[in-house]
Amino acid sequence: MDPAAAKLIGAGLATSGMIGAGIGLGVLFGNYLQAAIRNPSAAASQQTMLFLGMALTETMGLFSFVVSLIILFT
Amino acid sequence: MAQAPAIEPMHQFLIEKIWDGPVFHIGGLTVDMSITNSVVSMVAGGVILVLFFLLTAKGQIVPNRGQALAESLYNIVDKVLVSPIIGHGGRPYIPYLFTLFSVILVLNLMGVLLSFGHLAGQDWTFTVTSQLAVTATLAVLTFFSIFFLGFIKHGPKFLGLFWVPGMGVGGGIAMVFIEMISYFVRPVTLAMRLFGNMMGGHVVMSLFGSFVVALGLFAMTGGLAALAWVPSGLSFFMIVALTGLELVVAVLQAFVFTALATVYLNEVVNFGHGH
Repeated sequence: MDPAAAKLIGAGLATSGMIGAGIGLGVLFGNYLQAAIRNPSAAASQQTMLFLGMALTETMGLFSFVVSLIILFT
Repeated sequence: MAQAPAIEPMHQFLIEKIWDGPVFHIGGLTVDMSITNSVVSMVAGGVILVLFFLLTAKGQIVPNRGQALAESLYNIVDKVLVSPIIGHGGRPYIPYLFTLFSVILVLNLMGVLLSFGHLAGQDWTFTVTSQLAVTATLAVLTFFSIFFLGFIKHGPKFLGLFWVPGMGVGGGIAMVFIEMISYFVRPVTLAMRLFGNMMGGHVVMSLFGSFVVALGLFAMTGGLAALAWVPSGLSFFMIVALTGLELVVAVLQAFVFTALATVYLNEVVNFGHGH
């Protein structure tokens, strides 16, 4: 296979790590919404934790993004 | 048919020299003091921050608009982050956390909002926080100052942070390595998160921007190609929506960076208090 083509395909494949981050974010916000609808008075106090969890989950997706950038530009 | 410009979404992250400065050689390292577009943006961000806080520093009982904005920014760090997460022991560190928050916020927002465009052969719009070097500096500075603060406050006992109780001796020693990896990967994740978010968002915005132009030019060729006005227009509305999303992301990432720094600081300040 042409190395340049393999590089592009590899960079594309590397971004599939974002699948996990997407599922994780869905679970996170879905569960937060469920809990917030059940007990709206406690929802505001947990928002900081929601964003922290979002940041940590999102990092996993960003790692795959960075890996694909490394493959593309090195 | 007009030639469509090449789609170069990464072009906006290039660092270009604006004024040549002196180059120093210090022990094999080359330090180039040239003024680049990154430096100009950083200085502009610094000037905006200093002016903003100088203008709002004079406290009034009934705050004007600027002071209300400054106070609500301060409240994000104080009332939302430091007080609930760390408690009273965290108050001495609010200045650092607030500086971190406001610097990242201003630099992020400048990348989205301030568009000077192309003037005098130079692109003046630049997102400082989309450079890994900048975010890594902020992350390493934050992480290691918190890490060494732990040793200053608690001495060698602070190494107990890596010890997981209730695992026995063998399990505990194995966990020390895992804990150390998960601890020292923190500056990497801090830097990557800010860099990836800012860079990814700007790449997507730039891509949709090029779609508008490229599809619009294609549609102008007439005939059946005029159908391309539809995706071109859709891309335009997409940019409007994405700019709004990027504004949210810019504020959110500044918040998240500060929130994580607060959580890491909490381990140091409340070390051994059972958390």
